Amino acid sequence: MTDATLGAAAPRQAPSAAEARLKKRHRAERLFKAQGIAAIVIAMIFLVVLVGRIVSQGYSTFETHTLSVPVYLNPDRIDTSDLSGVNYDYIVAEAVMKKLGLQDDDYGTISSKVQDLVSRDFGFQLLNKLKADQKLIGQTITVTGPLKADADLYFKGEIKRSTAEDDRKLDNQQLDWLDKLKKDGAITSGFNLGFFTHSDSTEPEQAGVLGAVIGSAMMLLITALIAVPVGVLAAVYLEEFAPKNRWTDIIEVNINNLAAVPSIVYGLLGLALFINWLNVPRGSPLVGGLVLALMALPTVIIATRSALKAVPPSIREAALGVGASKTQTVFHHVLPLAMPGVMTGAILSLAHALGETAPLLMIGMVSFVPGVPEGLTGAATVLPVQVFIWENASERAFHERTAAAIIVLLVFMIVMNAAAVILRRRFERRW
Amino acid sequence: MTSILNPLASPLLQGHAMTVQSPDDSSRASVISTAPTSAPSPAEPKIKARGVKVFYGEKQALFDVDLDVPGKSVTAFIGPSGCGKSTFLRCINRMNDTIPSARVEGSIQIDGADVNAKSVDPVVLRSRVGMVFQKPNPFPKTIFENVAYGPRIHGLATGKAELEAIVESSLKKAGLWNEVADRLHQPGTGLSGGQQQRLVIARAIAVSPEVILMDEPCSALDPIATAKIEELIDELRSQFCIVIVTHSMAQAARVSQRTAFFHLGKLVESGPTEEMFTNPRDSRTQDYITGRFG
Amino acid sequence: MLTWLSLLVLALFSGAAFVAGRRRATTAAAGRPRVLHSLPDYYGTYVALWAGVPAALLLLLGVMAGGRVEDAILQSARPAAVQALGPDRQAVFYSDVRAIAAAQSPSEVTYEGELKVALDAKVAEAKRIETVVNTAMLAGAGVLALAGFLLAFPRINPDFRARNRVEGWTSSLLIACSVAAVLTTLGIVLSLVWESWRFFQSVSPLSFLFGTEWSPQIAMRADQVASSGAFGAVPLFAGTFLIMLIAMLVAAPVGLYSAIYLSEYASRPVRGVVKPLLEVLAGVPTVVYGFFAALTVGPLFRAGFNAIGAALPPGPMATYLMEVQNQMALVAGVVMGIMLIPFVSSLSDDIINAVPQSLRDGSYAMGATKSETVKKVVLPAALPGIMAAMLLAISRAVGETMIVTMAAGLQAKLTANPLDTVTTVTVQIVTLLTGDQEFDSPKTLSAFGLGLTLFVVTLCLNIIALRIVQKYREQYD
Repeated sequence: MTDATLGAAAPRQAPSAAEARLKKRHRAERLFKAQGIAAIVIAMIFLVVLVGRIVSQGYSTFETHTLSVPVYLNPDRIDTSDLSGVNYDYIVAEAVMKKLGLQDDDYGTISSKVQDLVSRDFGFQLLNKLKADQKLIGQTITVTGPLKADADLYFKGEIKRSTAEDDRKLDNQQLDWLDKLKKDGAITSGFNLGFFTHSDSTEPEQAGVLGAVIGSAMMLLITALIAVPVGVLAAVYLEEFAPKNRWTDIIEVNINNLAAVPSIVYGLLGLALFINWLNVPRGSPLVGGLVLALMALPTVIIATRSALKAVPPSIREAALGVGASKTQTVFHHVLPLAMPGVMTGAILSLAHALGETAPLLMIGMVSFVPGVPEGLTGAATVLPVQVFIWENASERAFHERTAAAIIVLLVFMIVMNAAAVILRRRFERRW
Repeated sequence: MTSILNPLASPLLQGHAMTVQSPDDSSRASVISTAPTSAPSPAEPKIKARGVKVFYGEKQALFDVDLDVPGKSVTAFIGPSGCGKSTFLRCINRMNDTIPSARVEGSIQIDGADVNAKSVDPVVLRSRVGMVFQKPNPFPKTIFENVAYGPRIHGLATGKAELEAIVESSLKKAGLWNEVADRLHQPGTGLSGGQQQRLVIARAIAVSPEVILMDEPCSALDPIATAKIEELIDELRSQFCIVIVTHSMAQAARVSQRTAFFHLGKLVESGPTEEMFTNPRDSRTQDYITGRFG
Repeated sequence: MLTWLSLLVLALFSGAAFVAGRRRATTAAAGRPRVLHSLPDYYGTYVALWAGVPAALLLLLGVMAGGRVEDAILQSARPAAVQALGPDRQAVFYSDVRAIAAAQSPSEVTYEGELKVALDAKVAEAKRIETVVNTAMLAGAGVLALAGFLLAFPRINPDFRARNRVEGWTSSLLIACSVAAVLTTLGIVLSLVWESWRFFQSVSPLSFLFGTEWSPQIAMRADQVASSGAFGAVPLFAGTFLIMLIAMLVAAPVGLYSAIYLSEYASRPVRGVVKPLLEVLAGVPTVVYGFFAALTVGPLFRAGFNAIGAALPPGPMATYLMEVQNQMALVAGVVMGIMLIPFVSSLSDDIINAVPQSLRDGSYAMGATKSETVKKVVLPAALPGIMAAMLLAISRAVGETMIVTMAAGLQAKLTANPLDTVTTVTVQIVTLLTGDQEFDSPKTLSAFGLGLTLFVVTLCLNIIALRIVQKYREQYD
């Protein structure tokens, strides 16, 4: 006999028919495998497109163009008795016009076109400087600040000269001025630190994520402080102490189902319970943290239970064998051994809570908050909600910032997930 | 009848087959030379293994096994747990292919054809070398579908009637027909452990294999079910080449005509069962059989 | 502020109680620690718990319910001038009283004459009541702390089983934490049912569940003739179903095939790369998918369909395609499907891995190919589990909010056309409850009716699915 006997014919069939059948079977095998690979490739393409698109939309936010101009603090225009009432924007416009060698016309057309290029941030800087030191009046000081978002977009190539003049925000004259300022070295590009040191603003170039990041941190802190201890202790009870009866069965089914309740329902609960019934201030980190804590609770319980289950019974028997009480056994031996698993589960639930948006909309966290939240009961915004708010804004520059805020959010989530993975790898114990 | 089928009674086989070489012994040619290699003869072993090594990742599980297994008889592999007997069994139908880290070296020939050759399709190989596992593993389907599975995937039946005939004859051969004839369309998982194991044997028979490998087929069964399976094995050896791994020496003595003893990944000794149990050549075999270890 | 301060004082008192209890135990042991039943710390903890916990609970109760009690007392006697106002104005009046008393900014309503007098009087009363309630609460807490200490401290002697008592407290804490999970469910059910009940006072449940017209915004304009609005939710259910269907058409095959490939075919390195990447896809917040749908997929699909429309010979079809908008059901559905791929894939992966290897071995040993083994043995065995995974994915799709809020429309249309704009239950809940709201209008309350429907539907899906999964796992354990 030869190789052929093993390689081909199955008994009871004519050799050719059997071979044809075998070929068909192998073709089906290859087709099926190809379908599997196609599915993976499709999923990966989705991931690449999603991330790639967001990065390509958002990365330009991290670069910004700033303008430095000498500003003459004209005593004629500054009323020392009412510093806040001074039209600083015009003073800045004058400085820029001087730099460009322009004269304003009688209708103020030129100055208003110049004002369209320069952020109002300059005005605030002047106000703050004068408030600190009135002796500056009459002097010339150099002020550095961001360009208006549209001017910034021009330098980033988002607004193009090739577009018809009527279809873009800036006309040819303004673009010429910008080019001139750039050539003179008055406009420089650099890292957009302001995006991380400013809070939300109606002006895209001044809008940043600081307030949202701090709001997220405060909210997550409350969520962690409530959901982790309560969830861990509940899991300890259910796994280690609870008798196995109908009630604990109901609690178990109940927890598994709670983990799958849509997040928006938690928002409705928060609205009815915390805001209408307990009068917790709307849109505050406190109420957001409470709602997310309720939401994270079941997942923390489930993760903790499975970590406790993984601790072998021999450990419990050993502790009980030396005369430890049940409570001592659990808190001295079982729980510490389960801790890496517990922390991994807790971090993952918190990462999930960090990205949650829908329930926060229900509890009034959609308002414009131009600053860092004032404490746990003040109005606040958080990163995902900031994304939602900016996405709704019509200005193009806000879309760019939305993608940048998403990048910041994703970085936080990746850091948390990586921490969980490292924790799992580092302390994973195989029994 | 027995004189033809029982290798113990065959003078031709008794002379040469299943001589064991220790790994460093280079005299394996003697085995081959005593048997004519040009044409198959009744004396030609069904399975011929030469220098088989198996690695799981870095760890070597089997060292240079040389073994001949005759057709139409029962050969038992015995040895303590982890000695490599199941590993060797899984080389014969290339089930080790399904373990990603496993690597097999050396040659195993069935009827003179190397199973590890590139041209050999494991799918076809396995249709000729059936296998029965330690724990009964009927598919969660009906009894009928379990047995019909093999014929269906290999296209052995052209019509419903033929398929039914194959199922019936396989179940009859496995001695299960009388117990399940009236409930062919109930789930196979609903049978008792012993019945499940016979169902799995029927499933293996249904594709008319030449060799049936059994990996401790009775270890999960009670003594009565075990006795039935052993009876069945004895009946089946008239049609198939059967290789059975067992940790029970009594079972090996009851069902097999030849026995091979494995220890620490090496084949220590093999030969006719009677001889092995009454007059082992190696001291390790002696120790194992008399229960000093294992 | 006062509460924090009192909690701090209480903590100090409790700490002192710990020290006292511990000392009493060690003194009683007189240098022979073995005569004590428990470790000295347990005696200290026992006294500290009695001294601290009841009083702390009272203070917490005061923080949560104190405001309600004060309001109830404040509103028990209503001046005639206030009674003359409508119920809405009365509510404003009292909220202003509270605001002024707490030195916060009141509403912009101006009060004159008798009302001004009543306001001032009530503000003074509110301040007085607050002082009384606070004092009562603090005094109560002080009494409880002292009583707890006096109750526990004398009981300490070497035979006292302090450890068992402390462990009793511990179990109570553990049970309380477990009950919190149950209370959450109860809270969800009660708040949804209560607010929905109020909604169904003005709109009949039948017309809500089976009505085909949804236009709640009319209810905002009280001067209109049709001020009651239309609350037929069928178009919302249809829109939700349509988007869910599209999402599942994307997620089910891709997710399931990925799971099969990963668990049956992929080599270890491939799995090691693909699985974490899928987890990344799963970890992306839904608001990001919403952004992606609204600003990338929407415009892309629209451009695509418009181009097809332009390429077609002129006709109603071409005109229709050229007028397709960004906010079509297809966009929200496809992006939601992408979101669900890792969900379906990881659930199915678990399920497929739970199929015992022995079944695969049995099939391979018969000479089956991998795909035959998967299709004829593994998948049939895993079928119930995979069905359950799909049900869970459907439940996720139905309850998903951000993608549809950002990428689907607001128009409640009864259509099966994926290129049309539809709205969903969750979108309407968000729309109804964001922005300014009067809490008593049917418009706002209808959100709770929708929420209740959503909760019931997803709960049924989840219960069925989890049941199946549990049965499935037991089968192979």
